[in-house]
Amino acid sequence: MPATVKVLERKPLSFAERTYLPQIAAGLKTTIKHLFAPKVTMEYPEQRPEILPGYRGVPTLVMDPHGREKCVSCQLCEFVCPPKAIRITPGEVPADQPERSHVEKAPREFEIDMLRCIYCGLCQEVCPEEAIFLQNVYSTSGYTRASMVNNKQRLYELGGTLPDQHFKWDRKKAAETAGNARH
Amino acid sequence: MADFYFSLPPLLRGFLQGLAVVLVIFPIAGASSLAERKVSAWIQGRPGPNRAIVPWFAAIPFLGRFLQRLGLFHLAADGGKLLLKEEPLPGHVHKFYYTIAPWLGLIPAFTTITVVPFGAYWDSAMQTMHPLVLANVDIGILAVFAIGSLGVYSVILAGWSSNSKYPFIGSIRASTQLSSYEISMTLAVLPVFMWINSPGSDGSLSLARVVEFQSGTHFLGGLWFVFLMPLSALIFLIALFAETNRLPFDMPESEADLVGGFHTEYGAFKWSLFFVAEYAHMIVGSAVFVVLFLGGWNPLPWVPVASLVHWFHLENLPFVVGLVSIAIFLAKVIFMIFFFMWVRWTLPRFRYDQVMRIGWRRLLPLAIANLIFYIIAIALLT
Repeated sequence: MPATVKVLERKPLSFAERTYLPQIAAGLKTTIKHLFAPKVTMEYPEQRPEILPGYRGVPTLVMDPHGREKCVSCQLCEFVCPPKAIRITPGEVPADQPERSHVEKAPREFEIDMLRCIYCGLCQEVCPEEAIFLQNVYSTSGYTRASMVNNKQRLYELGGTLPDQHFKWDRKKAAETAGNARH
Repeated sequence: MADFYFSLPPLLRGFLQGLAVVLVIFPIAGASSLAERKVSAWIQGRPGPNRAIVPWFAAIPFLGRFLQRLGLFHLAADGGKLLLKEEPLPGHVHKFYYTIAPWLGLIPAFTTITVVPFGAYWDSAMQTMHPLVLANVDIGILAVFAIGSLGVYSVILAGWSSNSKYPFIGSIRASTQLSSYEISMTLAVLPVFMWINSPGSDGSLSLARVVEFQSGTHFLGGLWFVFLMPLSALIFLIALFAETNRLPFDMPESEADLVGGFHTEYGAFKWSLFFVAEYAHMIVGSAVFVVLFLGGWNPLPWVPVASLVHWFHLENLPFVVGLVSIAIFLAKVIFMIFFFMWVRWTLPRFRYDQVMRIGWRRLLPLAIANLIFYIIAIALLT
């Protein structure tokens, strides 16, 4: 079917239109309506926006539902981090957590420099343990450069606990002791 | 008390009256800058400045909260900031003219107020009307035009002495624009003065007389001049926008192409003086418009203040009558200032060549045609 071209007639401006005045009156009507319309401003510190799931806020470390550390200090996030904001000092699982001794490794220190972080979320994407998440914290501030570096303790405070689908290391341990019979 | 006041030497009385007027105008000019911010905000769907609060006021229930939301204390905060911050004096400016330019803007704006009547009272017999005005001179409107247009020197001097390209272009634009629209403005008010100076009566350009002519109760006498001469009023209003450098005619400081226009190099207190002068110009311009076309201190067409006095039996209270007339007048002026702001957020800025084309090729012929029409009409009527 051939395309039909609809030719719009361009009418010359009428006298009233050429004086601008009706248009100005219409404009004034529009602006006075806005003057009395409800205001749309969110008054920030008192009112905060609702943060939807999937938001990429400040990267945090999370614990599993049993309150156990998930990070195994594999340092993949440190390697993938484009601005090199993450620094991990690897260590061993503390001796007072015998049920996790088979995990072998845990971060002794975990620092994310929020002056470098670009909130790209690659650390979250790369983490094989689902231990690092960019959550809903969107506003950080500090008086010194040092205060803008989140250490391990701070990262766990920000992160809290997230539900876990897998309990990967529990299942590994179960497989080790009971074999595959369980499955 | 009134007798004591009238026994004072005229010079002292004039000084006290002037002081009283300045004490009203200055806060209104200041409040206009806040109102500008609030009205802009409201029209754009924002609440506007609403945070600053003095702790003692914060303790007052409701009222304190209301004043805070109104942003009243931002006015004091702004003023304090502009007063106390460092006065920059750029090294490349012509220091003398750079320093006096803001004052030259302020002085004509406040001087023109002296000839604008802002209220009236009657003696107890209701015979003679005494206009409330600092100087009820016969040349009224002429004085407004003559002194008011001196304000352009402030802009020219500011732009030139800043010794920098954007202020210079801004000031050139301002002077061209002001001289272009001045002509239409003057031609637009001529019919009004021809009407009140019909052949046979003593001629006067007094502004109080213009209001007297709008204070009647019969058909033509009570009709405000905005209804009698709508085209004059429209031309005068458009020229007024151009004269006060308000949008859509704010060529001199069109920030999109000229940074800040003529006051680009100014800061702190000198800069704020330009703004007080701009708002003072707006107030005087609005007051003149109200006097010429909106019936001055008369509340409604065909309802002059004198009728109010009869209805409420205020014949023996000239003081109250004076205050009522001033209140009505101020309400109209404040509405006009609101109208200036309302238009500012409605219309985009004209391009410079459009400003010139509207001024010379549309407004000026229209003003001349309007003048000729009223010359013939008045000649036929009288």
